[in-house]
Amino acid sequence: MGVSTNTGASLAPGTDQDTLLKGVFDEMNDKGFVLANLDKLASWASTGSMWPMTFGLACCAVEMMHSAASRYDLDRYGLVFRPSPRQSDVMIVAGTLTNKMAPALRKVYDQMAEPRWVISMGSCANGGGYYHYSYSVVRGCDRVVPVDVYVPGCPPTAEALIYGVMQLQKKIRRTGVLTR
Amino acid sequence: MSELLSDNSAALKDLKDLVVSQLANEILETEIRYGELTVIAKRDDILKVLTFLRDDTGCLFKQLIDVCGADYPERVERFDVVYHMLSLKHNLRIRVKVRTDEESPVPSCVSLFSVADWFERETWDMYGIFFAGHPDPRRLLTDYGFEGHPLRKDFPLTGYVEVRYDDEQKRVVYEPVKLVQDFRNFDFESPWEGIQNVLPGDEKAEGKA
Repeated sequence: MGVSTNTGASLAPGTDQDTLLKGVFDEMNDKGFVLANLDKLASWASTGSMWPMTFGLACCAVEMMHSAASRYDLDRYGLVFRPSPRQSDVMIVAGTLTNKMAPALRKVYDQMAEPRWVISMGSCANGGGYYHYSYSVVRGCDRVVPVDVYVPGCPPTAEALIYGVMQLQKKIRRTGVLTR
Repeated sequence: MSELLSDNSAALKDLKDLVVSQLANEILETEIRYGELTVIAKRDDILKVLTFLRDDTGCLFKQLIDVCGADYPERVERFDVVYHMLSLKHNLRIRVKVRTDEESPVPSCVSLFSVADWFERETWDMYGIFFAGHPDPRRLLTDYGFEGHPLRKDFPLTGYVEVRYDDEQKRVVYEPVKLVQDFRNFDFESPWEGIQNVLPGDEKAEGKA
């Protein structure tokens, strides 16, 4: 959680967390309010509800679906796939980005509201991968959209994608979502 | 493999005799290979050949499975257009080929098989083989405004253009290909790369040793 701590580090469930929470409740009962850092609160809220755009380009999309299905269940992290870029915070580029698709991908990215993040999933999206020398494939989706997290693999497993999601959460906690 | 399939060599011979007798003026060659009959037809008579194969009671190749191209750059008429057909009635398949070059159009068979529409568009896209009388002769698969025909042997693997988002123009722009490292091919045993397939000891069979 780490909302009201002074250091901003998150605490694992246990005695320390219980002490902290008790302190928060005592303060609430005593004074009627709690002090927290607004940017940390905003980051915490953001990491808990990163809604990805439903956007699959190739076989990586199947692993992306696995990560959302019951076994791995991205819903646990508050990741709910949205059918519209205007409701999304994260775009997972899952698969081979072709030249023909590139303007469409950029258009979808442009339609997403700030703050927004991009996860590049799999070899093809990272750098063209197997199709690096092809006449029709973009050599890495970072030529078209700015990428925050690269997930390697061909295709990456659902666990790998979830690890990438957790890396992105870490990045959001570190950098914050508020622009100053 | 051939033991698993029913032996259809007799049926193939009958079919070959029928085709040769009925289409003597329209076809150039026939050959039975890999358990299928291959017919090389004259380019201008392809519609007549396909119509016969579709409608004749001895053929009834009602389904056009695929139309595709093949490039043999060393030939004068460098392209093959290959039609694969299936007869459910006689449980037979047939392969019809037509030879052409960059300029000569092949009559479109969309009027006979509506499925040929996209097949011929793809063949046009990939090889630049023009189909005369096609109702919608656009490219099918490649990028909008794409130049060249990628499956031709003289088309470079990496093509001519690549895309990038331009932050100033706020759109995806096309630029000439710049590769940090050239393509390296480590496949020395591919039959498409000119392997000689000579093994140590082969010379004994030739009687040279």
